Amino acid sequence: MQRIGVFVCHCGSNIAATVDVKKVVEVIRSEPGVVHAEDYQYMCSEAGQERIAIAVKEHKLTGIVVCSCSPRMHETTFRKAAERAGLNPYMVEIANIREHCSWIHKDINEGTEKAVILARAAVAKVNLNTPLYPGESRVTKRALVIGGGIAGIQTALDIADAGYEVDIVEKTPSIGGIMSQLDKTFPTLDCSACILTPKMVDAAAHEKIKLYTYSEVEKVSGFVGDFTVDIRKKARYVDADKCTGCGLCQEKCPSKKTPSEFNRGLGNRSAIYTPFAQAIPNVPVIDTDACIKFKTGKCGLCQKVCAAGAIDYTQKDEIVTEKYGAIVVATGFDTIKLDNYDEYAYNQSKDVITSLELERVMNAAGPTHGHLERLSDGKAPKEIVFIQCVGSRCSDDRGKPYCSKICCMYTAKHAMLIRDKYPDVNVTVFYIDVRTPGKNFDEFYRRAVEQYGVNYVKGQVGKVIPQPNGKLLVQGSDLLDNKQILKEADMVVLATAIEPNKDVRKIATMLTASIDTNNFLTEAHAKLRPVESPTAGIFLSGVCQGPKDIPETVSQAGAAAIKVVGLLAKDKLMTNPCTAHADELLCNGCSTCANVCPYGAISYEDKQVNDHGIRETRRIAVVNNALCQGCGACTVACPSGAMDLQGFSNRQILAEVDAICR
Amino acid sequence: MTTEKKQAELIREISGVEPLKCMKCGKCSATCPAYNEMDIKPHQFVSYVANENIEALVNSKSLWKCLSCFACIERCPRNVQPGKLIDAARQIVLRQKGGDYLKDEEIPELLDEELPQQLLVSAYRRYKR
Ligand SMILES: Cc1cc2nc3c(=O)[nH]c(=O)nc-3n(C[C@H](O)[C@H](O)[C@H](O)COP(=O)(O)OP(=O)(O)OC[C@H]3O[C@@H](n4cnc5c(N)ncnc54)[C@H](O)[C@@H]3O)c2cc1C
Ligand code: SF4
Ligand code: SF4
Ligand code: SF4
Ligand code: SF4
Repeated sequence: MQRIGVFVCHCGSNIAATVDVKKVVEVIRSEPGVVHAEDYQYMCSEAGQERIAIAVKEHKLTGIVVCSCSPRMHETTFRKAAERAGLNPYMVEIANIREHCSWIHKDINEGTEKAVILARAAVAKVNLNTPLYPGESRVTKRALVIGGGIAGIQTALDIADAGYEVDIVEKTPSIGGIMSQLDKTFPTLDCSACILTPKMVDAAAHEKIKLYTYSEVEKVSGFVGDFTVDIRKKARYVDADKCTGCGLCQEKCPSKKTPSEFNRGLGNRSAIYTPFAQAIPNVPVIDTDACIKFKTGKCGLCQKVCAAGAIDYTQKDEIVTEKYGAIVVATGFDTIKLDNYDEYAYNQSKDVITSLELERVMNAAGPTHGHLERLSDGKAPKEIVFIQCVGSRCSDDRGKPYCSKICCMYTAKHAMLIRDKYPDVNVTVFYIDVRTPGKNFDEFYRRAVEQYGVNYVKGQVGKVIPQPNGKLLVQGSDLLDNKQILKEADMVVLATAIEPNKDVRKIATMLTASIDTNNFLTEAHAKLRPVESPTAGIFLSGVCQGPKDIPETVSQAGAAAIKVVGLLAKDKLMTNPCTAHADELLCNGCSTCANVCPYGAISYEDKQVNDHGIRETRRIAVVNNALCQGCGACTVACPSGAMDLQGFSNRQILAEVDAICR
Repeated sequence: MTTEKKQAELIREISGVEPLKCMKCGKCSATCPAYNEMDIKPHQFVSYVANENIEALVNSKSLWKCLSCFACIERCPRNVQPGKLIDAARQIVLRQKGGDYLKDEEIPELLDEELPQQLLVSAYRRYKR
């Protein structure tokens, strides 16, 4: 028989206002196994924990029930307190009489009755608890970062600077991400390349960082501290060790009609290409869909002109298998497709562009060499209309329900830059709200209005109608003056909603990391663990977790890095002892459990069993304790009742139910 | 309950519109082809119902100027469907008046599964003028 102590917490008035704690103490004393019960104002305080220690000694307790807040809050606190007092930490159970009871009841009699029932259930469980001992697993001291935008680069640099090896896997031919496509950046208006390129160079030069560009993660297995990852290095058809980056091949390549991804399709590139001049690595790739040699067998010009002999048409994709202790997802974002927004005439007119396309138009290395001009006829615009929230804040099924967060600020940036460089161009911005929470952000927006004379109109645009004279008729509402505006514009710029990179679903599935309904990766805790995935060993960096600007991305990247470093610094990890195991005599090897296990922890082995004197070989489920997260899915799925979870055994749970129903 | 409050509830019920979903972006008014003819603008249909300002709405010019073209319904980013509100207001007026060009008895004959209710209401008044 256990000797159980019950400790009932007031949580100030959080619990005590709707639960008669004294009554709970009084009633629970007569439960089987209970030898001591008391209440206290704050059990989690140092004094509260001390009371537990004293009671353990005085009453020779073997088990403890704390009636308090959710175990998510303080289970660890009380387990540690019990351990210090000489008990096995798994002999502690929490009865949640706050979130599950006092916070949801108004009537003190009802609250008290429920608190007693919850306490009774916990006592019934502790009566069947046994000491549990965590195992150990090793930590591979190397991290993987998926995605080489500013988020991935910064996370990798911070991990590497702390002395750990880190690999970046980037699917495009160069690292840099969307930031490499931007012209100038709010709120300081410094040139994006000028601040990004040095970081790209640092990452490439760092002795602890290895870049896998033009590569993708193909398979992930293992668990926190010990992941095994297959990386597909796509064939570049250019030998990176020989290539000197002279660029002659790109110049001579006769196939020059492929829309440039980097310039958002506003310009063309050759079949052999580096996405942009400062690309890292500065080694081209051949796009086999565009290459004449691959399509017809003729050409081969690049090979002829390459003095370094780097071109190799026979290169094959290569699979590299590496081990990692931690994985950071930094797969970023893209702008949404505008096919569902016909009213803005994006597909009808070349002069209706997205803001990201405008970044390329304004950039000296872009398709117009930085000249602001209409893409239809190359003429200088005189009247430009910006439309905010295109596809953002839409609860219909055309757009995204969230605010994309960055577009108010970049629209102010664009408007200001245009008014600064071309003072004779009129700029009108249609907005629903201008959202500028951030250091020096509102000041920035006000500068656009007050200093640069940008015309902000509160209201939305209903339609953009291309005119026979090449202009764009913009019909919008001005809600403050309560009138409908008709305005002829030369260009219309759409502040287009952003969404997580399309690949993220695939990546999340491989990592068993969860994503929300908008495909953003989910945090372990929205407030307290914002850079960790609920899956152990997986961390989040940048826009893949939610809309962010560059300063926020960089801060989050650093935060993810320190979490990774904290993990890699450990020599061993304690594993959770509350894992599942199959009763060999009951298991019939039906595979049901393996099918439901979200962590891939279950496999099957042929084992010798002795079933009441009959010796035979049977196919039996075996749980990998390091992979098992103790979710319990297998225990309910098993048709033979063979699976059981340590710390949450079927017997324990039934005892709780019995106690509740008594 | 005041009559206006009752009528506001009736409009919500007939239209199935939840005015609180509106984010006051003005896209409905930006899109409306009859905007200039209206004294109360499409985005205001929503706020008038939300604020139970029904007397003004049913006496507005807009009531008979809306074309039931559905443009606002199509474009609203929050799925509010302001056109359905003015339509419901029209129904209330028509129910009260009773004297319509299109007679109630004639309706069953005209009924067709596919026919939107809104069209019938529009027909009431269009035949009338
Ligand atoms: C028009 C526009 C203007 C902006 N202006 C500003 C500004 O002025 N100031 C500011 O602070 N912010 C600005 N931003 C925001 C800024 O671009 C982002 O905050 C920043 O780029 C986020 O970086 P990231 O690394 O999270 O994502 P990304 O830049 O998207 O990087 C993600 C990287 O991951 C790679 N990747 C994706 N999937 C995979 C995969 N499966 N495997 C391997 N690699 C993968 C991608 O190829 C990419 O290189 C602007 C954004 C836009 C759209
Ligand atoms: S072989 Fe292909 S990549 Fe090389 S020059 Fe010819 S078309 Fe261009
Ligand atoms: S940041 Fe501004 S423009 Fe972008 S969705 Fe949010 S409110 Fe709209
Ligand atoms: S009804 Fe729709 S379109 Fe009109 S203001 Fe409200 S949210 Fe915008
Ligand atoms: S349905 Fe009526 S209010 Fe809506 S856009 Fe058409 S005319 Fe305007």
